[in-house]
Amino acid sequence: MKKIYLAALLIAFSVLSLFIGVKSISITDIFHLTGDQWEILWISRIPRLISIIIAGVSMSIVGLIMQQLTRNKFVSPTTAGTMDSASFGIMVSMLLFSSVGPLGKMSVAFIFSLTGTFIFMKILDRVKYKDTIFIPLVGLMFGGIVSSATTFFAYKYDLIQSMSAWLYGDFSMIMQGRYELIYISVPLVVAAYLYANKFTVAGMGEEFAVNLGLNYKQVVNLGLVLVALVTSVVVLTVGSIPFIGLIVPNLVTMYLGDNLKNNLSHTALLGAVFVLACDILGRVVIYPYEVPIGLTVGVIGSGIFLYMLMRRKSYE
Amino acid sequence: MVKVRGVSKKYGGKMVVDRVNVDIAKGKITSFIGPNGAGKSTLMSMISRLITKDEGEILIDDKEIGSWKSGELAKKISILKQSNHINIKLKVKELVSFGRFPYSQGKLTKEDWIHIDEAIAYMDLGSMQDKYLDELSGGQKQRAFIAMVIAQNTDYILLDEPLNNLDMKHSVQIMKVLRRLVDELGKTVIIVIHDINFASCYSDYIVALKDGIIIKEGTTDEIMDSAVLKEVYDMDIPVEIIGGNKICVYFR
Repeated sequence: MKKIYLAALLIAFSVLSLFIGVKSISITDIFHLTGDQWEILWISRIPRLISIIIAGVSMSIVGLIMQQLTRNKFVSPTTAGTMDSASFGIMVSMLLFSSVGPLGKMSVAFIFSLTGTFIFMKILDRVKYKDTIFIPLVGLMFGGIVSSATTFFAYKYDLIQSMSAWLYGDFSMIMQGRYELIYISVPLVVAAYLYANKFTVAGMGEEFAVNLGLNYKQVVNLGLVLVALVTSVVVLTVGSIPFIGLIVPNLVTMYLGDNLKNNLSHTALLGAVFVLACDILGRVVIYPYEVPIGLTVGVIGSGIFLYMLMRRKSYE
Repeated sequence: MVKVRGVSKKYGGKMVVDRVNVDIAKGKITSFIGPNGAGKSTLMSMISRLITKDEGEILIDDKEIGSWKSGELAKKISILKQSNHINIKLKVKELVSFGRFPYSQGKLTKEDWIHIDEAIAYMDLGSMQDKYLDELSGGQKQRAFIAMVIAQNTDYILLDEPLNNLDMKHSVQIMKVLRRLVDELGKTVIIVIHDINFASCYSDYIVALKDGIIIKEGTTDEIMDSAVLKEVYDMDIPVEIIGGNKICVYFR
């Protein structure tokens, strides 16, 4: 799909997203908004839209980077334990440093998700049997272990209620004053653009990268730091949104190839459109109630993931 | 010139390369031959800093390999390993353009494009430059990778079993290109090669390894000798002169 169509779709969905909700605001009201309507837009709908777009863009891009660096199409923050480790970090920060603010929570979550991702990479190094499917399955199992630990401690210390906000992504709680942390993802996405060529070279494998004079280890580590940071920021502000980092980049690279320079902006756009579409669907399907984004994306995403698994021959 | 001085590599207590000394002359094709496990690929990987040596010195244009900056070395020496099946969806032209990475870090200049187009023409890939690598046959893919190395425009080109999995036609094609790189562009080519007859027909100098040490080295004419080859391969290899080339007839 051309970039221009994706951009048009993004704008259309964005407008739609602003005018869906319990409090009815019609697009025709836009020039004579009542104070009430203006407040709803300003405090709830616009922050929601911004966080949807940033989350969609950044999660898709870090998924793409992860697939490039591991040279495996099925590795993503969901299938490498990164997201589960971030949730674990949030739980730990609530347990041990309950008084810290969002930035403190983010730092703890970041340290945990980075550690989790490195552990996954170490497991990857040790695995002799490098089947395309085997690796993400190991990642899912690893993530499962981490998340069961999270649940265990959350039950034990009576945190399950507050934890569930981070275990399942949900945009309905987003409002002015409690989502701004997500802006941290913006410079991270810019960094991904600046390093696009280096990530592509790293994706050709260590020997290739060294031959071309690239500091391979440094680039891989930088990529993993980006992945862990973005994941922690998104999990902390929205909650975990599974599979975006997996299916969006796959859909794009299927058509555009693996040169990051060519596929980054498509991935970013499609990521935003996909999350936005899922969010709108979740808001209208049992209107006036809402299905949280984690569930909508989870259902649609796992469906697409299964479909991809079944036609994986084309990846090998 | 590449000078290797007392270089060793140990894997799990076993000396894979054992205090090797060898000089590789400029403007020649040098072939590394020898049985499996002789340490040919390991030696080549050390010369191209893909793996670190345990001891000894490797001088590339009189500068120790460790004191070269990796980015600068990438303009001096290039290596293509046999593990060609990289799982990445790139167009031929994109792959070749990454050969210019050491010079431009991905922001291609006019000069880079001249090198890219020349490399593509040199490997006769013009008609398939916009195809993805996974649409190509083994021989075409190998040509695309060699084109990338040509675009990298290094004095030294190292190839680890460049004929692996290629049929006769493509093997000859690749070897002819290597010969042209040396004769026309003045490159220095070092290859690890299993087919002794290709080594005989195309190389200037042959280095024979066995059990991690160099047991013979010399001009192609000196090495292509039944007595020498018996020492290297532990088998009787009659050498016949056919069409001006020394050919080993070892099949029966």
